[in-house]
Amino acid sequence: MRVKFTVNGREQQADDVWEGESLLYVLRERMGLPGSKNACEQGECGSCTVRLDGVPVCSCLVAAGQAEGREVVTVEGLADFAEQRARRGGCATGACGTAAGTAAGTASSGTASGTSLDAARRRQAKPAGADGRTGEQAGLAPIQQAFIDAGAVQCGFCTPGLLVAADELLERNAQPSDADIREALSGNLCRCTGYEKILDAVRLAAARGDARTTGTGA
Amino acid sequence: MTGVTRTPTHLTQGGTADAGIGASTLRPDGTLKVTGEFAYSSDLWHEDMLWGFTLRSTVAHAEIVSIDTSEALAQPGVYAVLTYDDLPTDVKNYGLEIQDTPVLAHGKVRHHGEPVALVAADHPETARRAAAKISIEYRELPLVTDEESATREGAPLVHENRTDHHAGHVPHPNIVHRQPIVRGDAEAAARRADVIVTGEYVFGMQDQAFLGPESGLAVPGEDGGVDLYVATQWLHSDLRQIAPVLGLPEEKVRMTLSGVGGAFGGREDLSMQIHACLLALRTGKPVKIVYNRFESFFGHVHRHPAKLWYEHGATKDGKLTHLKCRIVLDGGAYASASPAVVGNASSLSVGPYVVEDVDIEAIALYSNNPPCGAMRGFGAVQACFAYEAQMDKLAKKLGMDPVEFRQLNAMEQGTRLPTGQEVDSPAPVAELLRRVKAMPLPPENQWVTTEGADVRALPGGLSNTTHGEDVVRGVGYAVGIKNVGFSEGFDDYSTARVRMEVVGGEPVATVHTAMAEVGQGGVTVHAQIARTELGVEQVTIHPADTQVGSAGSTSASRQTYVTGGAVKNTCEHVREKVLELGRRKFGTHHPAWATAELVLEGGKVVTDGGEVLADLVDVLEGEAVDLELEWRHRPTEAFDLRTGQGNGHVQYSFAAHRAVVEVDTGLGLVKVIELACAQDVGKALNPLSVVGQIQGGTTQGLGVAVMEEIIVDPKTAKVRNPSFTDYLIPTILDTPTIPVDVLELADEHAPYGLRGIGEAPTLSSTPAVLAAIRNATGLELNRTPVRPEHLTGT
Repeated sequence: MRVKFTVNGREQQADDVWEGESLLYVLRERMGLPGSKNACEQGECGSCTVRLDGVPVCSCLVAAGQAEGREVVTVEGLADFAEQRARRGGCATGACGTAAGTAAGTASSGTASGTSLDAARRRQAKPAGADGRTGEQAGLAPIQQAFIDAGAVQCGFCTPGLLVAADELLERNAQPSDADIREALSGNLCRCTGYEKILDAVRLAAARGDARTTGTGA
Repeated sequence: MTGVTRTPTHLTQGGTADAGIGASTLRPDGTLKVTGEFAYSSDLWHEDMLWGFTLRSTVAHAEIVSIDTSEALAQPGVYAVLTYDDLPTDVKNYGLEIQDTPVLAHGKVRHHGEPVALVAADHPETARRAAAKISIEYRELPLVTDEESATREGAPLVHENRTDHHAGHVPHPNIVHRQPIVRGDAEAAARRADVIVTGEYVFGMQDQAFLGPESGLAVPGEDGGVDLYVATQWLHSDLRQIAPVLGLPEEKVRMTLSGVGGAFGGREDLSMQIHACLLALRTGKPVKIVYNRFESFFGHVHRHPAKLWYEHGATKDGKLTHLKCRIVLDGGAYASASPAVVGNASSLSVGPYVVEDVDIEAIALYSNNPPCGAMRGFGAVQACFAYEAQMDKLAKKLGMDPVEFRQLNAMEQGTRLPTGQEVDSPAPVAELLRRVKAMPLPPENQWVTTEGADVRALPGGLSNTTHGEDVVRGVGYAVGIKNVGFSEGFDDYSTARVRMEVVGGEPVATVHTAMAEVGQGGVTVHAQIARTELGVEQVTIHPADTQVGSAGSTSASRQTYVTGGAVKNTCEHVREKVLELGRRKFGTHHPAWATAELVLEGGKVVTDGGEVLADLVDVLEGEAVDLELEWRHRPTEAFDLRTGQGNGHVQYSFAAHRAVVEVDTGLGLVKVIELACAQDVGKALNPLSVVGQIQGGTTQGLGVAVMEEIIVDPKTAKVRNPSFTDYLIPTILDTPTIPVDVLELADEHAPYGLRGIGEAPTLSSTPAVLAAIRNATGLELNRTPVRPEHLTGT
């Protein structure tokens, strides 16, 4: 079958998709976006976390067909997504804390909630065909920079999923407590770090976000 | 070679002069990893590539009566189906120490999940479905599952015709290796003891559970060779095992390290390497294999489960008199690293304590259980679990404080191990215990809030099982000793190639080694070393491949020591060449070129008095200095096979933990509140990475204390929990705050005085948690992981 959906603001299409293929497989193997990781493919580790119409999901548990017509944000699009949100005053979806939840079970709702097409088109500012190496040029989302600065990246295999989940947490809750962070990231396994530096990274991103907000008087 | 996308890339990082050793320099691969662009082995892609799949045995021990692949081969989209009969040469086995592991099962299978056949197809699901159509008839054989079934009279032999070099030294063919250590007279010493404690301990089978699955891409070459991109811990060890099976000279198997998603020992043995190459060479197409999580549990060896019998004695003033112990490690169906694990378990079985009179024996079994081999801590972990439980028992019996009792018996520099080897570098065991004890304790009843209980902070957490009733607190301590590097006479060398030249008007160093970066941060440290030694800011890390000499394994806490040492050594020689170049060009300009000690600093040649003689750019202009050198640490020697005596180890690493737990005694649930660690690292080349390693190692020890275990059905020898649903590793909710106190006492024999650090924290965190649970509950608890039924007696 043919599956069409928007990934990181760009319309994508895959042909000859087998009915059982996961969103993760289609992203990684058909769309050339291997950032979402295939650590367990059982929905247990969170390494493949993406946002589907704003909601963090394990893309290994989503059938590719379920993503038809919807908006997907992967780690590759996180920087643009965060920049978009910053421009909109703290919410990439334009409906912080409310719309994100409602899109979860409504596969047919298309782009009714989540990122608007208009917003998605603006995110296309990224040069076409530059998927391979745009990180530094495009800049990093605050949470990405914080992971690097805090030493929260070791082997890095869990990192993309953690980044997507942590970014979503900070979108909902700009000043999370440690217990909030632990709860939000409890679906993401990390085998290298012992999580301390991941906590540091989220705290750092929150603190920087706070500093930026108060600094600009926003 | 063309057409491969997402291959490993050069990592270039600028850094100021203060980004040399001792600075918390950030990872050069950090940006790639946070943007999703880093090419892990499972991300590799080639146009026109096929997918490989491995069919594995569904039984643990059986004769293979027949295999029929015809139906599988007839499936549309299937390009090849291979069995043992398709192997191209007479070399059909491989192995780290003993070549006893079949590439594909021949005649019989020896463990559940053993590879039997391979399929290559145009879609992974096609390959999986075709494999399901391979028809295999098994005739099941009696099982060997423990020491009793392995060594009783008439026991089935796991390997019928052993010819390896250990075979003549073991009391039974189902024993892989045996290492006794005898010093003094343990019997006589036992008679001097005022108290004697004994214990029988069980250590469960732990899995490395690295997140990046076994995977790689094999691309057939036009010369009949093959290019293999793979996640591994030691490229050259893989190469040595792969090439003979393929019937190719080593230079025709070109290996490049792909991004590695963790390792922890689980990638020391081969997994899909040979399989992918065989399929690629057979089909003439690139073949990618990626295990799913289920298969990963069968695709790598695990930590040896162990049974340990310990007897210690002490005088009434608290001095240890003797140790008698026997350690039985279950190595499973194939040898893997079992002989070396036995060497570590025996030689480190006394722990970091002074015990003169010992009678020690460690063995590893062959069985039909899953193969076991390397995992972080490597034999020392199991022993530490037992000796630390014994220390608490002795202290209790003597009415002494457990930390003071340990300090009273702590080894120090100059102490001799039971092998007779002197510990000739700082051994701050008592000090590490003092430090970890001195850290402030976390406040009591942290779950109490103004609104009632925050259940997230209680045992059971979000499951909302308790509001604090039946919750008791306990505190426990442990300390451990781990050898660094490969022991027992192994030629544990590394190679580094360093090139220095001017690029874009700047002096740049390129460091090329075959070191596997598995997440530990070796690439960061190599750049730091090059900056320090060569005075440059820009350092490029070349992808690791077999175009440069071996770096040895990224294991045994050895890589910063040995490959770091090799990079340092090569840089020193490069520096000499650069200075020669400078003398040739500018030597007549200033007498200091001939007379002074010169260093490279801030892109310049500088005298020891701080006088600048030349810019590196001018010295190097138009020329490059390029050297590849091997580097070795002090040699070690084998342990005597009867007495265990010998200078077997090169360096030691020490860590101590204090665990604070809260236990719901009604439900048997444990919450670890804090796991404080103090560790001596000799010299922290990168303090940020050092702390990250210590916290990660601590968490793996926590996992085995309270949740991690591969369950093997004793009746069938089948793995019952090969998934992340059933094999539990700690989540961020299970993992407490881990304060770390780093001590830096230089080892004068090591580069920069550094000490290998990766493994030591994995040793003591498990017994510390167990000690804390015992302290909270008063229960004996002699097995790990602790499960609710052990705490509630149900």
